[in-house]
Amino acid sequence: MGLAVLALLALWQALALLLRQAILPGPLDVLLVLPKELGRGLTWHTAVSAYRVLAGVALATLTAAPLGLVAGQSKRLDAIVSPFVYLTYPVPKIVFLPLAMLFLGIGDAPKIFLIWLILFFQVLVVVRDASHGVRPETVYSVRSLGAKRRHLLRWVYLPACLPAILTALRVSTGTAIAVLFFAESFATQAGLGYYIIVETWGRTAYAEMYAGVLAMSVLGMALYLALDQLEQRLCAWVYAGR
Amino acid sequence: MISLDGLEFGYAPGQSVFKDFSWRAEPGDAWAIIGPSGCGKTTLLYLLAGLRRPRGGRIAVAGEALAGPRAATGLILQDYGLLPWLTARDNVGLGLRIRGLPRRQEAEEVSTWLERLGLREAAERYPSQLSGGQRQRVAIARTLALEPDLLLMDEPFSSLDAISREDLQDLTLALGIEGQATTVLVTHNIEEAAYLARRILVLPRPPITRAEVIENPRGGRLEYRREAAYFAVCDQVRQAIERAQSPAALEAVT
Repeated sequence: MGLAVLALLALWQALALLLRQAILPGPLDVLLVLPKELGRGLTWHTAVSAYRVLAGVALATLTAAPLGLVAGQSKRLDAIVSPFVYLTYPVPKIVFLPLAMLFLGIGDAPKIFLIWLILFFQVLVVVRDASHGVRPETVYSVRSLGAKRRHLLRWVYLPACLPAILTALRVSTGTAIAVLFFAESFATQAGLGYYIIVETWGRTAYAEMYAGVLAMSVLGMALYLALDQLEQRLCAWVYAGR
Repeated sequence: MISLDGLEFGYAPGQSVFKDFSWRAEPGDAWAIIGPSGCGKTTLLYLLAGLRRPRGGRIAVAGEALAGPRAATGLILQDYGLLPWLTARDNVGLGLRIRGLPRRQEAEEVSTWLERLGLREAAERYPSQLSGGQRQRVAIARTLALEPDLLLMDEPFSSLDAISREDLQDLTLALGIEGQATTVLVTHNIEEAAYLARRILVLPRPPITRAEVIENPRGGRLEYRREAAYFAVCDQVRQAIERAQSPAALEAVT
């Protein structure tokens, strides 16, 4: 990991030296402006973006996971849910940005809505499939211990779906952050997208712009690592057999 | 303990696995159910466990009509019975937790059963880290911890190697399960049926209306495997299965 970071920084530095253009400052120049920028508002913009992503992730998990769990168990509900999923899943959700802004205004709500929209379908599909994949024998054996529906949810379906939920979130947070960047780049005054496009790129402050890019990368990586850690902790059984 | 009267069951309309089938098991009986593949052995076990509803007729366990899984019936399956996300300890304690036993009491009970089944060292491992034999020991411990009065087993040892299988068959007898509970063991293994059960029900191909019963009064003892009577019963069961393959021959017997 450390080696990969060093290699990327070296490559960046080499390109900066090679091109010698203001649009590509070296990593050292960026690291030098970073503390000043963090004190000047970059911390605030990062916090706003992090809040939007986390709120979107939490909302998507809380709405899609229960629906997926039930749809995986109920053929009738799945017959209603599946056609909607097939019709809406391939549509790039970013196209709903103008609509989201019309209906939800220009604050946090449309950004959180878009992230929710992207993650909702990802989580719904994997949870439905994982819930559907629980072997009947497993359910029988737990039912024979006296388990009621709530016990089955707690001891069988939820743990069976947890690795799938966390993998779906890990895979799709990258897309969610990309969409957030776009959504934050106009008609707003907070967030990393705004910082990068309006505050820095707009006034050709390239070193500062890269500080924003760095912050966005760290945000994405932190989320990815957090989900990875969460999976290792909550799904220890998946790793135990390896 | 178990009474089936005029049992009717089928998976598809117009198709019957059981048709007006009746059978009785007395308290403390040790039964084995054997028969050709796909004859309905596991179906019968699931019906007795209350996991499937009959189309007609009556199933009563301990004098009460069966409406669903009952608390005092234990079920041990061949595979997939354990939850992969729980350690051996948590799997053993699952039934007790579902029943709302206080945590401390649950921990004591679980430790006793882990010790009794030689699983102390494996307590914190997940099922994927256990051998097949250890996994079945966990399944047995989990079920026996609930002190069932009826124990249903669906080919519990069939996926094990020969040594682990004999080891667990001996353990089943050594635990004295038969003395405490009525047991019904579904198996396709003639030797296992003859060794563990005192009465053997040989199911024919569906639709099943009647089945042959082989008495095996000396079965269910550790030393039985080396006795001449054991081999004679194995032979008797083998012949009964051959008869069960042909419905006409069964009519002649029963």
